[in-house]
Amino acid sequence: MALNFPFSAIVGQDDMKLAIVLTAIDPTIGGVLVFGDRGTGKSTAVRALAALLPKMRAVKGCRYGCDPDAARCPDCLAAARGKAHASELVGVPVVDLPLGATEDRVVGALDLERALSQGVKAFEPGLLARANRGYLYIDEVNLLEDHLVDLLIDVAASGENVVEREGLSVRHPARFVLIGSGNPEEGELRPQLLDRFGLSVEVKTPGTLEERVEVVKRRDAFEQDPQTFTAHWKKEDDKVRKGIVAGRKRLPAVQITDSARAFTAQLCMALGTDGLRGDLTLVRAARALAAWQGDKSVTQVHLQRVAPSALRHRLRRNPLDDAGSSTRVERALAELASAPQK
Amino acid sequence: MQGDAATIAALFAVDPVGLGGVALRAPACAARDEWLTLLRTLLPSESPFRRVPLNTGDTALLGGLDLGATLQAGRPVALQGVLAQADGGVLVLAMAERLTAGAAARFGSVLDSGHVLLQRDGLDRVLAARVGLVALDEGADADEQLPASLAERLAFHLRLDGQVKDEEGPHWTADEVQEARLRLGRVQMAQESVQALCSAALALGIDSMRASLFAARAARAAAALAGSDTVEEEHIAVAARVVLAPRATRLPPSPEQQEPEPPQEEASPPEPAENPASEPPLEPEKDAQDETKNEDGDDADVPPPEPLEMAERVLEAAQAAIPAGLLASLKIGALQRAKSPTSGSAGAEQKNALRGRPVGARKGEPRAGQRINVLETLRAAAPWQKLRRSPLAPASAMAPRIVVRKEDFHVTRFRQLGQTTTLFVVDASGSSALNRLAEAKGAVELLLADCYVRRDSVAVLAFRGKVAEVLLAPTRSLVRAKRSLAGLPGGGGTPLATAIDAAAALAGHIKRKGQTPIVVLLTDGKANIARNGHAGRGPAASDALAAAAQLRSIGVSVLLVDTSPQPQNSAAQLAAAMGAQYLALPYGGAQSLNQAVRAVAGRY
Repeated sequence: MALNFPFSAIVGQDDMKLAIVLTAIDPTIGGVLVFGDRGTGKSTAVRALAALLPKMRAVKGCRYGCDPDAARCPDCLAAARGKAHASELVGVPVVDLPLGATEDRVVGALDLERALSQGVKAFEPGLLARANRGYLYIDEVNLLEDHLVDLLIDVAASGENVVEREGLSVRHPARFVLIGSGNPEEGELRPQLLDRFGLSVEVKTPGTLEERVEVVKRRDAFEQDPQTFTAHWKKEDDKVRKGIVAGRKRLPAVQITDSARAFTAQLCMALGTDGLRGDLTLVRAARALAAWQGDKSVTQVHLQRVAPSALRHRLRRNPLDDAGSSTRVERALAELASAPQK
Repeated sequence: MQGDAATIAALFAVDPVGLGGVALRAPACAARDEWLTLLRTLLPSESPFRRVPLNTGDTALLGGLDLGATLQAGRPVALQGVLAQADGGVLVLAMAERLTAGAAARFGSVLDSGHVLLQRDGLDRVLAARVGLVALDEGADADEQLPASLAERLAFHLRLDGQVKDEEGPHWTADEVQEARLRLGRVQMAQESVQALCSAALALGIDSMRASLFAARAARAAAALAGSDTVEEEHIAVAARVVLAPRATRLPPSPEQQEPEPPQEEASPPEPAENPASEPPLEPEKDAQDETKNEDGDDADVPPPEPLEMAERVLEAAQAAIPAGLLASLKIGALQRAKSPTSGSAGAEQKNALRGRPVGARKGEPRAGQRINVLETLRAAAPWQKLRRSPLAPASAMAPRIVVRKEDFHVTRFRQLGQTTTLFVVDASGSSALNRLAEAKGAVELLLADCYVRRDSVAVLAFRGKVAEVLLAPTRSLVRAKRSLAGLPGGGGTPLATAIDAAAALAGHIKRKGQTPIVVLLTDGKANIARNGHAGRGPAASDALAAAAQLRSIGVSVLLVDTSPQPQNSAAQLAAAMGAQYLALPYGGAQSLNQAVRAVAGRY
């Protein structure tokens, strides 16, 4: 497979890169939705993610990439019978779900080859199995066909994929961070699917000449000689990876003060976000940010930094207010900051 | 233009994969065929050159299971899609202006990545598909265009207008192109060249970074073609002309007014983080960047000799290539694209439709009115027959010939376009009433007569004196329409602005109901009552133009039928202001009016 453009070599787009890093530190934040202008390196950033993630320990040969300490897939349960699993270090999967994929390849189906040649029923895991414990990436997510969207919404909520086929019933873990990218002009996302994304970022084309020149220069250098370019940026990517590892270690110790919780609640109330998921995601993302920055507790500064990403896709449309969602979050933040603390 | 067409063919032939492709907007004409023949001769003769029809299904495009061969061989046999078959060559996509957003995304992802991710019918493959794409765009007017997501990924946007001019401008031979292909890898490009291209792109209001990236690659190809190992200014100028100029969305500010308006204010980069000091740097440190610069070109640490001047000259080259009137037509195109992202269809598409045009099948049980697709169901059952049969007694007379199970069921997917409501705005004033009103009535009745087939509604709004009133709210009832039209009197002033305002309000209302409004305005354009109800041609005309601009901003299709006996400028101006199609029908009867409306409305 060809080399991917290195993550650290992406010019600007700090919001997008930060969101990706935060979900790497704490996958429970949920997925990332990257929406924005064309030609801004949306899919470049996601494709660069695989090289960035620290390897994970998985049961050797497991098709679902099970965690050796919590192996629950049908293969591991059948093989183990109380014994410890042999394990190995594997790369975290970043799985592409291409448009035009058929349902059987997404959820898994019977192994056609073995059914035809041997008349044997064997389950062939699909993309959801492959993405377990990793990332599932959908480019042009707003063009994904409806029946696949329904399926994803269901699995993303339950973390489990159930397949019934030819009298065979398979139930396997499918916990993944959903990453979607797209251009809002092509169509909007269903609210149910929107809700499955923890963070959403808006990307814009770089505005200054310096940034734009840098983008073209780096891309040009990469295309001329991918090996050298990637090797050159490896140090930076390593730095980010170490930061992620350190952040993960620090994460459980990060404190959330009562004032930070109060601020979160006030902000969500002011914005009228639907449900509790907004609150929860905002706190988790702020905690991951604190861990990433090496801070011991979550402060208002962290919350303010991640609030637009965590909340902008959860706002109800207000017909009387045609300001963009990001503007509304910013405005609520400014109002809260200026109001006297009770 | 012919010179640039040849240049584009040659540049594309040098680096088809890196440059993505050519959006070729031209009617099916000799010039287009000639250009394609030229391209074919410039490309290596052994490389694939495949034509793709418009409605190519996923299996034919991406690949899938070859059911016949699979059953015969007793093992899965993959069918290669046309994208993978064309690996290393060029695809020619016919009638690309009618491409759906979904299909455009499939092509786009292959152009981006150079491979097909095949996840279909139990197959899991990555197939190389390094292709260049020529998208033939035969769009007749501004609202028929290549989907923007695909146009974005093609370096060249070329227009041919049917004129064949021989032996003009430069041309190249296949051998020269072949030589350039070999040279391409060694071509060096200095930093100031990149800077010149980027600043030209910025000045021309080109947002996407892909344009600048393509321009850089095109400059390399131009250098390789000229037999040069370094990119010189002339190559940059060529790239700016053929890649950047057709994408321009504005003209650069002239030097004296450059100061007050910094370009791209709204797209300024996000504010730096609140506490950048404590945030581990995602950006590499300065020294790392400097190293890259040194790799890029040797002259990086020497300040480039007056790069600004070069940037200006490059910009000039690009600007000279922007045809007059292009920007205006671009703006209209953008407006019309905004109203229907999947170009080429009139009504908005409805999801989960139960009727309409069938667009493939999906797995699922036929319930809630969905229809089973027998062929797809049998196809889904076919591979598993051996497996299902094995437990049964062999050759039992009672065994069914084909064992179909619930999980094989496929239902047909339909695409239904939203309902269209045609809103007639009829000028019943003294100046145009008498003879025209009868025609309008006749046309409405004719339209209503076949609206059961087309599932359209009709509404009528009439204006005379000082007011515009809705004679007929959106309806499909022929009886009601006839009754309300019969009583329409004529005579009085022409409150055109008020009428257009009312039409805009009603069109907005129809749109919010999820239907697609089409406004048909029958008038002679001679407004004489202003918005405030006072008589006077001057204010009335300017009010009408202002109202027209507002109607345009809603983004609905408008047809303006000029009903004056001698078609005049005023109605044409009005049509331009509201972005309407203009039709002069001085002697038209109800029948011809009906035909005109159907031509606008019935584009699907």
